[in-house]
Amino acid sequence: MACTLHAPSRRELMLASGVLFAWAHVPKLARAEGRDPRFLVVVLRGALDGLATVAPVGDPQWVKLRGERGLKLDGANPALPLDSFFALNPAMPNLHRLYRAGHAAIVHATATPYRERSHFDGQDVLESGLPKPGAVDTGWLNRALAALEPAGRAKAGRAFAVGPLTPLVVRGPAPVLSWTPPRLPPVSDETTLRLLDLYHHTDPVLARALEERLDLAVIARAEGMATRPNEQPRPNGPPGGAAQVRAYFAEAAGAAAKFLANQDGPRVGALAFDGWDTHVNEGTVNGRLATLLGALDGALAAIEHNMGQAWPETVVAVITEFGRTARINGNDGTDHGTATVALLAGGALKGGRVIADWPGLKDADLQDGRDLKPTTDLRAVLKGVLKDHLRVADDALAARVFPASAAVAPMAGLVGV
Amino acid sequence: MALDPKAQAALALHRFGFGPRAGSLAAIAADPRGALLADLERPGAGQIDNPALMSGAEASRAVFEFNAERAAKDRLENQRREAEKQRLAESGMEAPMAGNSEAEPKPDPTPPMAQQIFLAEAQARLDAAVNAEIGFVERLVWFWSNHFCISAEKVLARPGGYERERIRAHVLGKFADMLLAVESDPAMLIYLDNAQSIGPTSVAGINRTRGLNENLAREILELHTLGVRTVYSQDDVTSFAKVLTGWTLLQQVSDPVHGGEFIFIKRMHEPGPQTVIGKTYDDTGVEQGRAVLRDLARHPATAAHVAEKLARHFVADEPPRELVDRLAQRFRDSDGDLKEMAKALVTAPEAWSPAPGKIKRPGEWRVAILRATGRADDIRRMLRGQTTLGEPWWRPPSPKGFSDDNAAWIGGLAQRLDIANAFAQRVADRVDVEAALETGLGPLASQETRQAIARAESRAQALTLLIMAPEFQRR
Repeated sequence: MACTLHAPSRRELMLASGVLFAWAHVPKLARAEGRDPRFLVVVLRGALDGLATVAPVGDPQWVKLRGERGLKLDGANPALPLDSFFALNPAMPNLHRLYRAGHAAIVHATATPYRERSHFDGQDVLESGLPKPGAVDTGWLNRALAALEPAGRAKAGRAFAVGPLTPLVVRGPAPVLSWTPPRLPPVSDETTLRLLDLYHHTDPVLARALEERLDLAVIARAEGMATRPNEQPRPNGPPGGAAQVRAYFAEAAGAAAKFLANQDGPRVGALAFDGWDTHVNEGTVNGRLATLLGALDGALAAIEHNMGQAWPETVVAVITEFGRTARINGNDGTDHGTATVALLAGGALKGGRVIADWPGLKDADLQDGRDLKPTTDLRAVLKGVLKDHLRVADDALAARVFPASAAVAPMAGLVGV
Repeated sequence: MALDPKAQAALALHRFGFGPRAGSLAAIAADPRGALLADLERPGAGQIDNPALMSGAEASRAVFEFNAERAAKDRLENQRREAEKQRLAESGMEAPMAGNSEAEPKPDPTPPMAQQIFLAEAQARLDAAVNAEIGFVERLVWFWSNHFCISAEKVLARPGGYERERIRAHVLGKFADMLLAVESDPAMLIYLDNAQSIGPTSVAGINRTRGLNENLAREILELHTLGVRTVYSQDDVTSFAKVLTGWTLLQQVSDPVHGGEFIFIKRMHEPGPQTVIGKTYDDTGVEQGRAVLRDLARHPATAAHVAEKLARHFVADEPPRELVDRLAQRFRDSDGDLKEMAKALVTAPEAWSPAPGKIKRPGEWRVAILRATGRADDIRRMLRGQTTLGEPWWRPPSPKGFSDDNAAWIGGLAQRLDIANAFAQRVADRVDVEAALETGLGPLASQETRQAIARAESRAQALTLLIMAPEFQRR
């Protein structure tokens, strides 16, 4: 019997889910320098294949490793050259343009301290900032914000906004707001206030949860976002084709940028996109991964556009829990790996560079004989941005934001202050 | 017990069931715990007896035939249009413009078969929850279905059949039987990529370029049995993946009678013995994988993992240690008997803390609303709402399933308010809110909640406040 199992089609492409989570305060120290920095974290859940995103085309082992399934500088769909060694997936022309303008940088062969291969533990380490998986309830971005002195709350008014699942990276003591595109008729303010009153008298936790969602809607309304009709979710229909994924990524990221760009808006935010777990028919250049990277590229363009005048003060960090196996697996996909890329974009960056202490791709160079070996601690990159962009203090970074990370120095010179 | 019997009954229905229906507080107030235990002994508990529903394999064959027929129809229609164009061209006339109704036939309005099946299954699942006397067994079904989740993203027509045949069939049986059933179901084999995993030195592996995929093996160890960071290594994952090669499904094209069913293909199976967690398993074909699964089901790490998850789901994010130990002990002593474990849960004093430890998951909350108000909801609206609330049915965000932590769901509170408001606007003129308050909360309702409802400016607002009240959100 011929064993031609059906390939994952567009119908089966995981629908991305993204939600903005943001902080309502303006960082005080940066403000004192006359800056008003914006920082947006984009978490890619499922483990992005860094080698299929930014390929070491100058490494003589590269062709041996991935062959026809790897990015190449020639052929029908050539990769976009970044320097003499690395080239970018052709699905990402916007990132390439930003890179050439000095508004994007790529860190390669980077990883969190996590060395096992569970998505969920890996995501916990990525988002918690702790050196090991375990019971966690707060994220590094939230703790970084808690370590900053606020220079005044950006928006004190009360309104109503919504968001379903809070990602770990922003959970914690600092107040967090959330927003997703509304799909239902709005609740009257009167009903909301009465419910809030009931919660205040009986359940402070629910009261806080509801209250924290009242800030962003003011901006959403001001930006015309609450009134725009949204496509109904299609829980039973065929899920997202490429166009739908692109539209969703661009909408979520674009909305995030509008909030961050707003004079009275939050300054720090996070959103998450799912669907990067490419075990089967990865489709680096023409398939699933190319679609997702193209959607991510569109999201970056939407952020740049909607940031407007705030773009020169913006840093966007795109991070993922770990990379994938260096070699292709038995199903034209890749299994869970170790090191990968981090993508940085924004006008505040000193970009136009691939930052990598390249570990090599020979069998002996690979982590456990299978994965790209990590040579840059992702925490160094994130600490570098938090320190130079938001002015989070060194001691807070080493002890509270990324606990037990004193040995991991913040990477200097990422931000062009 | 700190609560009076009726309050105890309400707590039992909210915590272990799908919330009270008209009359159910009074019906079980004499012995709430006994009522839960009796729910486990009902004949046919947890089963859905509906001859109209197809098995997972039947569903996949029906979808295949439907799509093939529709493709043939489209092809004929295209041929007819080409012939027409040709005829017009030969007679020297212009081809009709695009937009002409002749040139653009209307799409067939019949929903695709996969979607029809999905909706029928979702309806059956909703009905079972809404109509259950207490709903304890239904809650167990939902729990295990989430533990062994698959996703409609990859197998749109199969989740209902999967849940009925693999989860419900064993929900009060042995864990090992459920484990073997789910891991050999084509829905799981497709969802976690094992259907196309090929042993590197198997006959198929040598003849073809495709090979091993370790996704299913890893998630069985990490999520379904032992739990992450326990006793296994990367080598165990790889060896176990080799053991499972050849576990696949029969293709529809090659067999119209059995297509879509499980099959073990020796040609794809990695030959030779494999060592998994320190034990070597001889190559006995499909039996090799079954033997590993049976040992995994019996492993103490599995007992601890499953006990922790069950306690976290029903009782608290950080469940009392004594409760987890008790459940794990019962699991080990009964050789993984899930009915015994359910009994241990409701007879454990730690499970009856009067303070609610959990926020209801969106689906539990919405079923509780329908039960308390006696209203039905349109299945499509139900499904849309679940998507809005971050818990789309049979579409978990990852193989880990939906989260059981309060922190993951509390962010959706404002969206619950949207849903509650929309529901209340729709049904308020047909619901007696006072009666729904006594039915749904009764003695659990706080003075403040009663007052807020009594003073509401409209029936819709009163109903919104009732189903958004902390006592209705928590369990």
